[in-house]
Amino acid sequence: MSTSTASHESADGVTIPGGRVAAGAGARRPFDVAAIRRDFPILRRQVEGKPLVYLDSAATSQRPVQVLAELTRFYRDHNANVHRGVHTLSVEATELYEGVREKVRALIGGASAREVIFTRGTTESINLVAHGWARARLAPGDEVVISEIEHHSNIVPWQMLRDERGIALRVIPMRSDGTLDLDVARELIGPRTRLLAITHVSNALGTVVPVRELADLAHEAGALVLVDGAQSVPHMPVDVTELGADFLAFSAHKMLGPTGVGVLWGRMEVLESMQPFMGGGDMILTVSLERSTWNEIPHRFEAGTPNFADVVAFGTAIDYLRALGLDAVRRHELDLVDHGLAVLGDVPGVTVHGPREAERRGGVFSFSLEGVHPHDVGQTLSSEGVAVRAGHHCAQPVMQSLGVAATTRASVYLYSTRPELDALAAGLRMTARFFGDAGP
Amino acid sequence: MPDRDLEDLYRAILLDHYRNPRRRGRLDGEGVVSADGANPLCGDEITVDLRLDSQGRVVEATFEGTGCSISQASASLMMEYVEGGSAERAQAGVATFQEMMTSGEAPADFGDIEALAGVARFPVRVKCASLGWKTLEQALQVAGRGETRAAGRVTTDERSSGDE
Repeated sequence: MSTSTASHESADGVTIPGGRVAAGAGARRPFDVAAIRRDFPILRRQVEGKPLVYLDSAATSQRPVQVLAELTRFYRDHNANVHRGVHTLSVEATELYEGVREKVRALIGGASAREVIFTRGTTESINLVAHGWARARLAPGDEVVISEIEHHSNIVPWQMLRDERGIALRVIPMRSDGTLDLDVARELIGPRTRLLAITHVSNALGTVVPVRELADLAHEAGALVLVDGAQSVPHMPVDVTELGADFLAFSAHKMLGPTGVGVLWGRMEVLESMQPFMGGGDMILTVSLERSTWNEIPHRFEAGTPNFADVVAFGTAIDYLRALGLDAVRRHELDLVDHGLAVLGDVPGVTVHGPREAERRGGVFSFSLEGVHPHDVGQTLSSEGVAVRAGHHCAQPVMQSLGVAATTRASVYLYSTRPELDALAAGLRMTARFFGDAGP
Repeated sequence: MPDRDLEDLYRAILLDHYRNPRRRGRLDGEGVVSADGANPLCGDEITVDLRLDSQGRVVEATFEGTGCSISQASASLMMEYVEGGSAERAQAGVATFQEMMTSGEAPADFGDIEALAGVARFPVRVKCASLGWKTLEQALQVAGRGETRAAGRVTTDERSSGDE
């Protein structure tokens, strides 16, 4: 697909309504966090009378004004249903929507924009593989390999398929440091394996999984590889070829984009062998009362009116990220991981879970504070303006492996700063004092 | 230092019950009914045991489980409240507690439990505070049916718990 003619793009990428240049390449070297933060009005909010310290980006990121403006601009200037009308607005909307496929392709290094399917999010993307690819193909005796550190969205669909199709589910175990046991993986992945469904970065621990190594094992065994990129694509350069992925799933809302948009990228020859997941408008070529024929890929997998306005704004989020450079984002976050491990390690009673080396971590700190339940930690930090997540992070097997019911999780992104992590550490000291002193 | 809202949420009496829970443990033998509860949002779990005599009096009440300070303190206070009273009084306590979680107003004659009234302003924590009481209600229903143990687990949240 060609990019939009109705677009407001400049030659080098990223102009926005009002003519302001967003995160212009070259304009921000080195990584200028203060300038980036100015693009995120919510970061200037006060919470409980204190400046917001947003450390929950692994749950959802904040959005820059450029993305918000694009969403409004689309509705104001171009809104019409896509793939429908011959009228000008519909043509413009279609071009803008379809143009985002190319932006996604360029971001992850796919071979063709047609390999990009828009979904509601990572969860739907994984379910699309389970229903569109695996369900018709797998039979008793076949195995799907996952890992112990998967998000529930990469566990439950396979359990459902197991129960329906009588296949087996094999699980690569987690070691105590949150990394996967690759020796066991080598034993598990074999001739019966049909699919390896594996996370790239754990949402609960931040573990970076050596996907390529596992993908090579899977491919040698003749299996396909589905990568859950929800926590990696927003934070680091991801290339589907380097990764050895046959499918890659991720969500827009964790990477500066709107909610309700996800991507399933698949290798074209695999997509060609897939059945539609949902039936309806847009996914068909012809319909009679007796039978229908399927539309081309990717439309075959996008039944009904797609979430086109949010997809268009997602395109602006990708522009923003690419203008900064995902390698620069990763470097910034690695610095924060280094700093976070240091300052959290200095707080008495804090245990940070997951790998010790910064390079093996994404920007996620999952920790326990001795004697204080994560819910109480999260509540007390909130009174200090610090937003973290407390709970099982949709990864209960990880919690079981750690021997805890829940953890507190702080997660950073491109707008996060060292002082914010210092505020987290200070808040934890206060929490420990509060629950230590306020007793009888 | 913690602000006033936080002090209001974590009253000293609650932290005391959290650290030194009353009526912790399990019961078995004659007249014991049990129920299990869970808060899927945070993985908290609780088991409530009641020993009822032939007149329907709660002669012993214990709980066991893991959870945050609010859920544990609430369960501890609840057990003090129900022990020695009738099953009807315990059931009325459940209703009074739920009302307090809605209104944020401390009712008369609710003893130290009124310290939990401040929780009403923190909707997420209402589930924590209610876990023990919902489980108690389940145990009372079990007793009312002449059974000894609830099948399954009562939860404070019927939705699947997920955010991402």
